[in-house]
Amino acid sequence: MNSPKITSLSAAIAANVQSGQSLALEGFTHLIPFAAAHELIRQGLRDLTLIRMTPDLVYDQLIGAGCVRKIIFSWGGNPGVGSLHRFRDAYEQGYPQPLEIEEYSHAAMANAYQAGASGLPFAVLRGFLGTDLARLNPEHIRWVTCPFTGESLAAVRALQPDVTIIHAQQADREGNVRLWGIVGVQKEAALAAQKVVVTVEEIVDKFEGSANDCIIPHWVINNVALVPKGAAPSYAMGYYKRNNAFYLAWDEIARSREGFQQWIAQQILSNPQH
Amino acid sequence: MEYSKDEIMTITAAKMLQNGQVCFVGIGLPSAACNLARLTHAPEIVLIYESGTVDTRPDVLPLSIGDDELAETSRMVVSVPEIFNYWLQAGKIDIGFLGGAQIDKYGNINSTVIGEYHKPKVRLPGAGGAPEIAANARQTLVVMRQSPRSFVDKVDFITSAGYLDGGDARQALGIRGEGPVAIITDLGILKPDPVSKEFVLTHTHPGVTVAEVRAQTGWDLKVAPHLATTESPDAHYLHTLRTLNEKTRLAHSQTAANA
Repeated sequence: MNSPKITSLSAAIAANVQSGQSLALEGFTHLIPFAAAHELIRQGLRDLTLIRMTPDLVYDQLIGAGCVRKIIFSWGGNPGVGSLHRFRDAYEQGYPQPLEIEEYSHAAMANAYQAGASGLPFAVLRGFLGTDLARLNPEHIRWVTCPFTGESLAAVRALQPDVTIIHAQQADREGNVRLWGIVGVQKEAALAAQKVVVTVEEIVDKFEGSANDCIIPHWVINNVALVPKGAAPSYAMGYYKRNNAFYLAWDEIARSREGFQQWIAQQILSNPQH
Repeated sequence: MEYSKDEIMTITAAKMLQNGQVCFVGIGLPSAACNLARLTHAPEIVLIYESGTVDTRPDVLPLSIGDDELAETSRMVVSVPEIFNYWLQAGKIDIGFLGGAQIDKYGNINSTVIGEYHKPKVRLPGAGGAPEIAANARQTLVVMRQSPRSFVDKVDFITSAGYLDGGDARQALGIRGEGPVAIITDLGILKPDPVSKEFVLTHTHPGVTVAEVRAQTGWDLKVAPHLATTESPDAHYLHTLRTLNEKTRLAHSQTAANA
């Protein structure tokens, strides 16, 4: 018997996400929650603030579809391929709507999630010294003095998304979630959020791994949805490989507004499965 | 044996690495050089990628920083906060290996914007892990193709600190790592002057003239008093690199073209 927390993807998004909220969809190359992002597009969510270390194709799609007002990020490219064309079109040309950015380094965002998960107001790191990121973002990157040594350290505000959405390999029937392989910042992003939605490859009776695996317990998760291949074209270790050919092809699909619109219409809006 | 400019660049960069070093690897050219070193003279080099994969031994070069290939061939996989905090920030990395879009004569790297930050001519992907790799690795190496647009007098934006304005500016600011010790390009090698920290040409690749290198440099490039010529790549390195690139090309073209 499945827990009532285990629902369809569309019900999970409808129950937990509203326009105007801040959302983190995490997964560091691995386990990127593409299917959930596609459902956000189909449900017509607007004015989202999207948080993610590596915006990747998943945020290119959401930005191009007009769902996004602002992104908070630390590396915005198509890994190993080049630019995110929809991201650049929005940021440079204001199409389909102007895009605000808040920019960090990976170390800073990882620490900001960790602070959020720890219930702290800010994170501290040895970083940004001598960089223009700090100089041009005084609102978001500041300096604190260590009370013990006097060292000057960078401070960034904790990230506490309204909703974090992640994809994992497995859930059990109670709604506990287990992931393995590259675990990125999913645990931190989930524990930093007000609400958590997880899509999974498989629902199992009992986890086979060890208690040291990355486990996120059901009581911090709002809904779990079974979505096989929910991370494609990224990958789910143990289930399927990264579709590198699609990452290469995306460069052409997203390069023009028309090409992108056609892809979204055919692959996402008229295809409720993924 | 005939070889391309990219091949001698990658092979020269690989030869800068020593067996047993712990190396934090950027994607692209650095990743190719580090894996070539591992497959040739440095089998015990420890390669760490910012996705959290430690002591990775991929069969093909990863397209992204977190390909399945990296996770499947690594000694351990840790979270992203752990890789940046426990390993990089705490000083457990010997060499940070970086690329970038623009570099200046003091080794500052720009991977953020061409033009003004708020009104960019070209918006680049941004920082990723680079600022803290450049600051906290004991030393850094940089590999980049040389052109007047990419080797500039002053970068439009400092994403990752090199020697800032030169001299002891980097140290004075309290940055812990020593900084970039060499830039390996498709034409030669540049190293910082010990006092001014301005990068000067110390090596040219065989057949490359100083005039050619200067023509591809956006600042008035100085030449070291004892300019040397880098070794021509031998057959073993060339063969290993070509096999790696061919396996990579095949692997990345596989799987369906739809999400």
